Amino acid sequence: MRCVVGIDLGSTTTKAVLLDESGGTVGRGITNSRSNYEVASAVARDEALTAARFHRLERALGATGREAPALGPALREAFRLELHLDQIEGLGEEIARQLATPLYAQHARELGRPLAEVMDLARAEAPGLFRDGAERRSDFFRDLAGAAFLSGAERIARRDGLPFERMLGIFDRAILEVEARPAHRDFGRLLHRAASRVAPTTTPAADGRPPGNGARGRLLEEVARAAAEPILEVAFVGTGYGRSTLPFPREAVRSEILCHGRGAHRVFPGTRTVLDIGGQDTKAIQVDAQGVVSTFQMNDRCAAGCGRYLGYIADELNLGLHELGPLALKARRSVKVNSTCTVFAGAELRERLALGQDRSDILAGLHRAIMLRAMSLLARSGGVSDEFTFTGGVSKNVMATRVLRELVVQHYGEGITLNAHPDSIYMGALGAALYALDDVREGRPSVLPTFMPREDGRGG
Amino acid sequence: MAGPLGDCEARLARARALVEDRRLDTVRAWKAGHPGGLAIGHMPVYVPRPMLEAQGCLAVALFGGGDQVDIIRGDSYFQSYICHIPRSTIELALTGDLEPLDGVLFPSICDVIRNLGGMWKLLFPDRYSDYLDLPQDFDPEVGGAFYVRELGRIAGELERRGARPLEPGALREAIARENRRRAALEAMDALRAREPWRVRASEAYLIARAGAALPAQEHATLLEEFLAAAALREVRYRDNVRVVLVGAFCEQPPFELVLTLERAGCDIIHDDLQLGLRAIDGEIRVPEGADPLEALARAYLEQGTAMASRYIGEGEKGVALVRRVCDAAADGVVFAAASFCDPALLDQPMLERALEGAGIPFTSFKFAENTGQFQVIREQAGAFSDAVKLWGKES
Amino acid sequence: MTTPLATAAVKDASQQRQKRMIAEHFERLAAARDEGRKVVYTFVPGNLTELLGALGLLPVLPEINALQSGMRNRSAAYIAEAERAGHSEDVCTYVKCDIGMLKSGNIGPTGTRLPDPDLLLLSYTGCFTFMKWFELLRQEYRCPVAMLHVPYQSDGVITESMRSYVVEQLRRRVVPALERLAGRPLDMDELAARLARSRRAEEDLVAVWESARHRPSPIDGYFGGVYYVGPIFSSFRGTGDAEAYYRELRSEVESRMARGEGPTTPDGPATGERYRLVVEGPPNWTSFNEFWRMFIREGATVVASTYTRVGGLYDTGFRHDPARPLESLADYCLGCYTNLGLPTRTDLIERYIRDYQADGFVINSVKSCNSFSAGQLLVLRELERRTGVPGAFIESDLVDPRYFGKANIENRLQSYFQMLEARRRGGPS
Repeated sequence: MRCVVGIDLGSTTTKAVLLDESGGTVGRGITNSRSNYEVASAVARDEALTAARFHRLERALGATGREAPALGPALREAFRLELHLDQIEGLGEEIARQLATPLYAQHARELGRPLAEVMDLARAEAPGLFRDGAERRSDFFRDLAGAAFLSGAERIARRDGLPFERMLGIFDRAILEVEARPAHRDFGRLLHRAASRVAPTTTPAADGRPPGNGARGRLLEEVARAAAEPILEVAFVGTGYGRSTLPFPREAVRSEILCHGRGAHRVFPGTRTVLDIGGQDTKAIQVDAQGVVSTFQMNDRCAAGCGRYLGYIADELNLGLHELGPLALKARRSVKVNSTCTVFAGAELRERLALGQDRSDILAGLHRAIMLRAMSLLARSGGVSDEFTFTGGVSKNVMATRVLRELVVQHYGEGITLNAHPDSIYMGALGAALYALDDVREGRPSVLPTFMPREDGRGG
Repeated sequence: MAGPLGDCEARLARARALVEDRRLDTVRAWKAGHPGGLAIGHMPVYVPRPMLEAQGCLAVALFGGGDQVDIIRGDSYFQSYICHIPRSTIELALTGDLEPLDGVLFPSICDVIRNLGGMWKLLFPDRYSDYLDLPQDFDPEVGGAFYVRELGRIAGELERRGARPLEPGALREAIARENRRRAALEAMDALRAREPWRVRASEAYLIARAGAALPAQEHATLLEEFLAAAALREVRYRDNVRVVLVGAFCEQPPFELVLTLERAGCDIIHDDLQLGLRAIDGEIRVPEGADPLEALARAYLEQGTAMASRYIGEGEKGVALVRRVCDAAADGVVFAAASFCDPALLDQPMLERALEGAGIPFTSFKFAENTGQFQVIREQAGAFSDAVKLWGKES
Repeated sequence: MTTPLATAAVKDASQQRQKRMIAEHFERLAAARDEGRKVVYTFVPGNLTELLGALGLLPVLPEINALQSGMRNRSAAYIAEAERAGHSEDVCTYVKCDIGMLKSGNIGPTGTRLPDPDLLLLSYTGCFTFMKWFELLRQEYRCPVAMLHVPYQSDGVITESMRSYVVEQLRRRVVPALERLAGRPLDMDELAARLARSRRAEEDLVAVWESARHRPSPIDGYFGGVYYVGPIFSSFRGTGDAEAYYRELRSEVESRMARGEGPTTPDGPATGERYRLVVEGPPNWTSFNEFWRMFIREGATVVASTYTRVGGLYDTGFRHDPARPLESLADYCLGCYTNLGLPTRTDLIERYIRDYQADGFVINSVKSCNSFSAGQLLVLRELERRTGVPGAFIESDLVDPRYFGKANIENRLQSYFQMLEARRRGGPS
């Protein structure tokens, strides 16, 4: 299969989208951004390739047997588990390596075994995380490993009277190292392991025949074929925050403004105005009927009113980012908040809490303050036209969306359709992939980034 | 409640209602009672209101939107490093709250307000707006002559839009009414300096600012009635620090900020919150037989108070402030500048230097008209008042 | 506001000449005390160089010193010095840079100490901060100040009232103050001769600006333009040197135009003009070449800019006039770009966009300069509405490197250029 790739390197997450030559989405991937942009991009692209292969595999399995549809999700989770176990392995090795450095020379003896034990616990708990239908806090290895390490290390430190903070320090160094290191993902091998884990060995087949090598063999065969099927990436476009340092070839870089506008227009073809609120910036974009940007405005230098601001608020309240919106929805009245300055956010919040104001009411006010800022930016870019599409991480916040809807009605009337899509986080990468597709269609030579060697198409 | 206390409260309630009248309902009412009369808005700091009154116009000082207006369109026109008052002023204009105004004057205060005047012309090309270039040359034959021509030009513009022609007799009367207002303001200043606990700064602020959209005579009456009532009311003596509040105020601080300073133990016995009313020191004298317009101009040239937007000439920066502190027997100075306010912030180091030279303590902070946090200011002002008390005892 | 001294970046013969002129000027300043020459500090917009020259007085322009400090990476330390001394982070960084430089020994761009002023000539033209600046300097130097209040052209018209106000101030206050300092009366013939030389230089400068109508433009009217305005904005207007400079510059530009060549840039002659732009707002000086290269790389040439009109607007017809010496000095001051009301400024930019057939326009909004910046977002919208040409809006500062966000500015500019490209193609690329 021939594909084009779009990657959007954001300040918080990195996204990849794979389109086939007809423009259909065949795979998407997301990972946490990290100090090494190249690795972040490579991981997102690996995730997208994995998704694409599963997409094909599930179609193939669906064609071969009745037991297969149920098998798909289980196989996916098993694959994730195998990948996770490999990563835990790598992390364990890195922790051992850290212990061997002069920095920890004094503690290697004392902490070596307990740390190994913590990693054993993480390994043992892993299958629970990837059971079919299991709820995970996050899909990112850094978060999962961090949570596992924290609980394990706490237990063992208490039990053995060990310095917990120091153990955590070692983990912090190790995870940074592991996350910044290029990792080769052998899809075939991982898939085979996953398939072996879930393949039917004991369950009787639906037709009552005894379980046997037939079903298992057939599955493994399909799996092997899916792994071997080449995916040829023929074109690439990258975009993202702080684009001057992107790990992409210069000719393959497109403005995130263009990409977001195009992506949003593709998902909602009636789109004329796009509001994107990401971690570090806010963009108000006007597009024409073809999805081409006609004007845009970005927030000024400071990150006031962006996703990062909500992050600070969540930290200050010791809450998860995703909990803010629902909590704000419970407000009985909205406290008037005038500052959206990230620097003062904590102080203002503490002062209001100290005054006895309700947490939900304050949060409602904060959300309103952010959206007022966004409304100003929209006004600056030329206003809101129908249809209006809200994208970026903050668009997943229910309170933000609700306040935006109210403000749009108040200032631009009832006639505006407000689109928000659960996958809006992929809009930039989707737009980038669409620009890559343009390159293919118009016969422009494509330059792939170094982390995407054009090889036999087997993927990384 | 009857009696003097009730009278005070009633005047304050009226003042508060006037201050909070952002939708200019009082102006609408005035226009209904004065068919054909023009309501002319003006940005803060100095505009010769008697001239407008003499032409049968209602002068309306515009002080931004305070802390109660959602700023959306206003923000869309200004970068983050520009002060707040132009944002809320534009917001009010675009939401229709300034509809009753037949025109707006932009006196020379700073580059931001000057450019706001230009924005007005672009945004509201069908409405009258004008820039009033106050002279920075104080020679009657040079700057004075220019200023008189400038006022004559504006009077002509107003006349073309239906205002009465500027007649010397009417101007003379308007100046007399203005002088009555000024006398009442001075009486209030004197009372505050004598017995700061009798008229609190927050009250004086409301009563003074209430005149923004009142004819001078009506404002003078309000002031006089309030003062009469205040002189009689029962009050409790407070042992507070006496401060002068300095801010080159065009953008107004939130009312809560004035209250915060009071609660922190500072008696503001003098301030430049209503700078326009203080831009001329003392009575505007119109000698017998003199041209009142010349006299009005001359008062600005010769009795102009030291303010940040006025060139100091051959004078010394800060001398006027030191004199003001001494005259009022104040213990110290509180600088409260609007964030990004060029006149206030560029002036401040020079004023601070003069205060240092005179051994007068001071503290400083910044605000925006919609500041919602006062914790830091409360702590700072509290620490300042404690330090000044201690310092006063030691010296 | 204003213009850099010639650096090695541009190596045309005219630039070499400018460099020599500047070096000689600073030598004269260094020797001023010994030779008993008097020094006057003044500002670029509304400068009265011919008047100073006719009386043998030497000008120092603190704005130029500040931008020079910015280009030589000194401004951050100077600004920090001023902020430590109590100056607000909110206010103009030219002022703080100048005060910091003063407190650090007042070493000028050529490494020698600048002489203290004998007089501060406060030409209040188009910028409120000028007044505060010299009030601050007066506290430091304790020298006399001559104030020239130039009224604001809020309606884009110079009235007789404005002109006579300025002329009266010149006649009664400024000229006598300068004469007292020089110890001799003003020779009106000498002044007229200087104004005549200014006029000839102005003719040549306008020809240089108008060369940008040609495709490809032989000049960059912003980054290159700040070099071109060097002599006429600063200490040389009305001198024979300046006249020769503009004659030479014009002939260089005309020969580039004849050969179909693009502008001279720090990286050699520009080729392949892809975008023709108009720029509003001053440049950033701390990353000047870096900023310029963001345009060069994309094939963007600036065909006209407003910043190069802050020290005098000549391409709408004004010339200094030896027959009306004081009146024409008054008109010069009144006509400087930042002394024009926002509607007039908008009309002028619109005219540039149309006359120079620009593909777009860029507003560089600097934090320091409210005179320029307040209202620019409305100007942006108004221009887009009137011309249909899209504008870009970026933010930086004059000489405070903390406000030059390279990634941010590059991001916006690249997005903008790609948008121009996509619009040009008329559909998804």
